[in-house]
Amino acid sequence: MKTTHSKLAEKFIADEPRTDWHDETLWFVREKRDKAAHGLPEWEQLREWASQIKNHTLSNLSDYLKEFEEKAKANGIIVHWAENGAEHNKIIHGIIQRHKIQKIVKSKSMLTEECHLNEYLQQYNIEVVDTDLGERIVQFRKEPPSHIVLPAIHLKKEDVSATFHEHLGTEKGNNDPQYLTEAARQHLRDKFVQSELAITGVNFAVAETGGFVVCTNEGNADMGAHTAAIHIACMGFEKIIPKAEHLGVFLRLLARSATGQPITTYSSHFQKPRPGQEMHIVIVDNGRSKQLSREDFRNSLKCIRCAACFNTCPVYRRSGGHSYHTAVAGPIGSILNPNLDMKANADLPFASTLCGSCTNVCPVKINIHEQLWKWRQVIAAEGYTDATKKIGMNAMAFLFSKPSLYRFAGKWGRWMMRIFPFVTNNKLNIWYKQREMPESPKESFRDWYLKNGKINRN
Amino acid sequence: MKVALFIPCYIDQFYPQVGIATLQLLEKLGCDVSFPLEQSCCGQPMANSGFASLSKGCDINFVKNFSGFDYIVAPSGSCVLHIKEHLKAELHLEEVSRIRNNIYELSEFLTDVLKVKKLNARFPFKVGLHNSCHGQRGLHLSSMTETMLPAFSKPEQLLNMVKDIQLSNPKRNDECCGFGGTFCVFEEAVSVKMGKDRVEEHDANSVDYITGGDTSCLMHLEGILKRQGSKVKIIHIAEILNSSL
Repeated sequence: MKTTHSKLAEKFIADEPRTDWHDETLWFVREKRDKAAHGLPEWEQLREWASQIKNHTLSNLSDYLKEFEEKAKANGIIVHWAENGAEHNKIIHGIIQRHKIQKIVKSKSMLTEECHLNEYLQQYNIEVVDTDLGERIVQFRKEPPSHIVLPAIHLKKEDVSATFHEHLGTEKGNNDPQYLTEAARQHLRDKFVQSELAITGVNFAVAETGGFVVCTNEGNADMGAHTAAIHIACMGFEKIIPKAEHLGVFLRLLARSATGQPITTYSSHFQKPRPGQEMHIVIVDNGRSKQLSREDFRNSLKCIRCAACFNTCPVYRRSGGHSYHTAVAGPIGSILNPNLDMKANADLPFASTLCGSCTNVCPVKINIHEQLWKWRQVIAAEGYTDATKKIGMNAMAFLFSKPSLYRFAGKWGRWMMRIFPFVTNNKLNIWYKQREMPESPKESFRDWYLKNGKINRN
Repeated sequence: MKVALFIPCYIDQFYPQVGIATLQLLEKLGCDVSFPLEQSCCGQPMANSGFASLSKGCDINFVKNFSGFDYIVAPSGSCVLHIKEHLKAELHLEEVSRIRNNIYELSEFLTDVLKVKKLNARFPFKVGLHNSCHGQRGLHLSSMTETMLPAFSKPEQLLNMVKDIQLSNPKRNDECCGFGGTFCVFEEAVSVKMGKDRVEEHDANSVDYITGGDTSCLMHLEGILKRQGSKVKIIHIAEILNSSL
């Protein structure tokens, strides 16, 4: 009864040196985050402010979204609303068709991944070039990103070299990062110069001003939006914040949590289209209002997509992003995705040891590990767990609620393990596959206590 | 001071020496300790697997056994955390809240309630400390590397009172060992990989023992160590604090 996550994780871990490399690379980022956070005496205060601003915003969401729409329209931005991924894709397709556009570039949007925009447009023979270096690499390889901030973190430079050799004609076996980056840079320059339409994500949309901010380290959201005649920005509706002054809190937290940088290299502020340019914003629900209505999981909408929870998660670091089989992987993905499709993602809340490190690093204080625990209860109650697991749990619950039966079973179980070790030391016992069983003592603690405890001494 | 001893099921069955050390240690420190005889499991395995709804029987049995004591002490952070956060019994609301407020993990009971300043213990070995997640992040037994708060550690504070012990911390001081309850079988590959990585860091410090406050983590690490044929042994913190080697 292996789950999808556990099967994919096992496949990833089969290459142990690569798993070690993946783990160490992400741990290095986590340590950079620690260093950056330690540099700010007000770190915990910032987290508290960020959490409260988001809490307030989620409680007054419709008001802030309306205010944003009004201000954005006044700024000359065309505002669209999409109930789900399909509507989002249709809106974008409509704009592309209307303008009969061929050359499209995209930057920094996990939302378009969530809505499967690339696949949708491909049906109509429309190609979108992902311009973030990591995303371009996985796009060449026809793979989804494995991490929301470091999309190609599962690949080594040798893999990138082979991919670029195949798609960009770089020298075979040349693994020099400088050489490879330069090749990607030249290739992407061409795409930027030719582009007629640029799609970007949105990190923060400000209700007060009707503008929005996109954070990138490579500057490609700017490059795309500044060269193309049309700019479409796509945002999940939880990206809204009330005022421009709140940006200071989030911009300080975002980059430090994500990569350990004091601030993202480019924080690009878009307020209105430049003369002759057309600017659209697509505001997407896609299950978010449903999540907002789930009291236990509402907090998950505070997420600012820094991926600090990915980097700290000891499971993610060993299992790789693709084991989560969703656009947003890692701990936060495991509490967002069951909302989108509970059956398909029923395995994800169980892909955690509930160690709690994710909750500790979260810059907006999402109680991630508590929500993982709560999702497990919902998923079991809705009947999306394996039938054998349910039978086993029922048996355990029965056994433990009857102390004399528990003792009887314990005694015979230990006896069996001592006399017939093969009962547990065999291939069917998953524990035994790579671990020895604990030794089986003749006496339980209770047996010992009955002979040696206070009751005999008094 | 009437103290009830809670010995979680897997310690009762597989690691009785941990229960014995806990009992002897508490008695040495002057506690009037009782072991309620009809106790079994705290219900955590079901709850963490999504079946908290099935732990009613366990909850009622727990309340029956542990009502009326000043304190309840257990040598397992994760079982204590489960009771603290999830114990429920509709007909005994007052008792449930008393139990939730008065249950302690062993090392926090020693530092915070008994305020132990001195132990007559000696353990002349090199020991690596494994911080168990539920104790550390759940019960705040020690500071966590993710948060920007002053450093402290209740288990270390106690281990430092032991004569001739040589403590050594692994490089990643508070990384999970991968046990995680039923996670250890449902996510076997990740669980074992995490455990192997933990063991390797302690190995790098050439420790004789790995210790901690949760026997479950130690059982997982022990399984890996034994399969590797390692000389490193595991030992519960209660056994070290009670030791007079």
